[in-house]
Amino acid sequence: MIYREAGDFKTGYRADGQTFPIRLDRWGYYAALAVAFGIIPFVINNYWANAVLVPFLIYAIAALGLNILTGYAGQVSLGTGGFMAVGAYAVYKLMTSFPEVSILIHILLAGGITAAVGVLFGLPSLRIKGFYLAVATLAAQFFLVWLFNKVPWFYNYSASGQINAPTRTVMDIAVTGPTASAPAKYLVCLVFAFALAWLARNLTRGSLGRKWMAIRDMDIAAEIIGVDPLRAKLSAFAVSSFFIGIAGALLFAVYLGAAEVGEAFGINKSFLVLFMIIIGGLGSIFGSFAGAAFLVVLPVLLKNVFVGGMGWPTDLAAHIELMIVGLLIMVFLIVEPHGLARLWSLAKEKLRLWPFPH
Amino acid sequence: MNDMSTGGYVTADGRQIGGTLMELKNITLRFGGVVAIKDISFDIRQGEIRAIIGPNGAGKSSMLNIISGFYVPQEGEVWFKGERRGPMKPFQVARLGIARTFQNIALFDGMSVLDNIMTGRLNKMKAGFLSQALWWGAAEREEIANREAVEKVIDFLEIQNIRKTPVGRLPYGLKKRVELARALAAEPQLLLLDEPMAGMNVEEKEDMSRFILDVNDEFGTTICLIEHDMGVVMDLSDRVVVMDYGKKIGDGTPSEVRANQEVIDAYLGVAHD
Repeated sequence: MIYREAGDFKTGYRADGQTFPIRLDRWGYYAALAVAFGIIPFVINNYWANAVLVPFLIYAIAALGLNILTGYAGQVSLGTGGFMAVGAYAVYKLMTSFPEVSILIHILLAGGITAAVGVLFGLPSLRIKGFYLAVATLAAQFFLVWLFNKVPWFYNYSASGQINAPTRTVMDIAVTGPTASAPAKYLVCLVFAFALAWLARNLTRGSLGRKWMAIRDMDIAAEIIGVDPLRAKLSAFAVSSFFIGIAGALLFAVYLGAAEVGEAFGINKSFLVLFMIIIGGLGSIFGSFAGAAFLVVLPVLLKNVFVGGMGWPTDLAAHIELMIVGLLIMVFLIVEPHGLARLWSLAKEKLRLWPFPH
Repeated sequence: MNDMSTGGYVTADGRQIGGTLMELKNITLRFGGVVAIKDISFDIRQGEIRAIIGPNGAGKSSMLNIISGFYVPQEGEVWFKGERRGPMKPFQVARLGIARTFQNIALFDGMSVLDNIMTGRLNKMKAGFLSQALWWGAAEREEIANREAVEKVIDFLEIQNIRKTPVGRLPYGLKKRVELARALAAEPQLLLLDEPMAGMNVEEKEDMSRFILDVNDEFGTTICLIEHDMGVVMDLSDRVVVMDYGKKIGDGTPSEVRANQEVIDAYLGVAHD
């Protein structure tokens, strides 16, 4: 009965265009922010940070990035892992070459470098669409992984071929390297995730977002109303790669600490992020977070239930866990092809009318 | 109908038609060996409703596609507002002030009615990337200003109640109207309508006809339309071009065209005995 639009009158186009038009949604959003920024940093421990929250935030950023490209602009990409690798190696080179510069700036720069690489690999999208474009981006994935394996300059000629994140601080608190504490890692990822989600929302609500969606829904009609397909598609690749690059940089520098390109940024990563946005909901900011949460939290949950709760051997639990996640993905796609975001909005629509059916 | 040489004339219902807005000179369009349009010339004058009619396959839609920049004719010249237009991409043509609708509705199904119509104003939105990303300054101002313009179009076409509905859920007739709204939102000087009444019932056709006349009347928009319903064409248009097999076989006021023997033959067929 509380969840209502009635009585919440909009008297201007600004109010009508706000992100959360319903008051309760707005409060929910502020409450979530207050918990995320004000409570969790004080109670978080290493297990929660490393197993759940930090990977969730990082994958949410990657999913946001891919969602801009695939969900909003309609350009399918299987190069996410490769672009995350670009972000990771860019931040690694920057960290080791300019140790005195803030890590936050390095992460942003890594995003910028990834954006440039993304535009380069986005060029084929001007000619090819759909599955064919997916194959072209797959080439980017394999090429980038090969490049970072093959050219020792990228991993500073280390004997193992791995990259290791040195300790870097923000306001004298370590956020990367072995001494970084759980709250510090969490807060860095949270700030990036929050800021980037806000940017994504702004970009998708304005003229650029409408250009992307126009290209996605019907490219001929988009052209006839004056959208330059070249600029629209390449800007989507640039913004998307910027997000994915930052996710890659955070994944390596803050979360993993050490990475080997084929293992950390292989084709599996591309598929994982693609699954996240499909399960979460294409063309939805909330969906990016929901999809990331689903695929990060569910395996942890299942593992806890099987190993912790039922005492199964870990290898058996790991296999069962894979099967259950795969099964759930299929069930989801059949029951609700538009993802968690659609389920959420349907639930809200029902709630708005409750207790009446229509 | 008088004094065509100075550019203007007065229609039967007393509207003053201005000089030439668009002129097509000796257009020939070929697809490989197939000649879709053969040496056609005609003009569209400021403020008039110009119809292109003809049997299926006559080349009407190809003609519209030439005007809107999808096809580049092998021969001939396209003049718009007194300037010769070189080969252009459709989005560049749109920026000149030419908008169109499609025979098969080409709306953005994933977006709401409001967002669809807002896309019609994309050429008027100039806020930079940073302003959009931060939603600060120009981006928000122009969003609100353009929303106001779009709301006027929404009022004009009487679609207030479906403003926030996803386009995919709308019935056919309303989709056509939303597509017209999107074209109108661009405030075009020349509006191209490709079969705006195809597949509509009588009532919807009457509505659409009224909107077309009102657009022409209130905004002074020049309209070029393709339509199969002869009753509609004869009632709406000031001048009619008739095409058959890629050739122009008639050009003039509806009554002139109706009296043209070649046109009658093309439409009714010639007796074979």
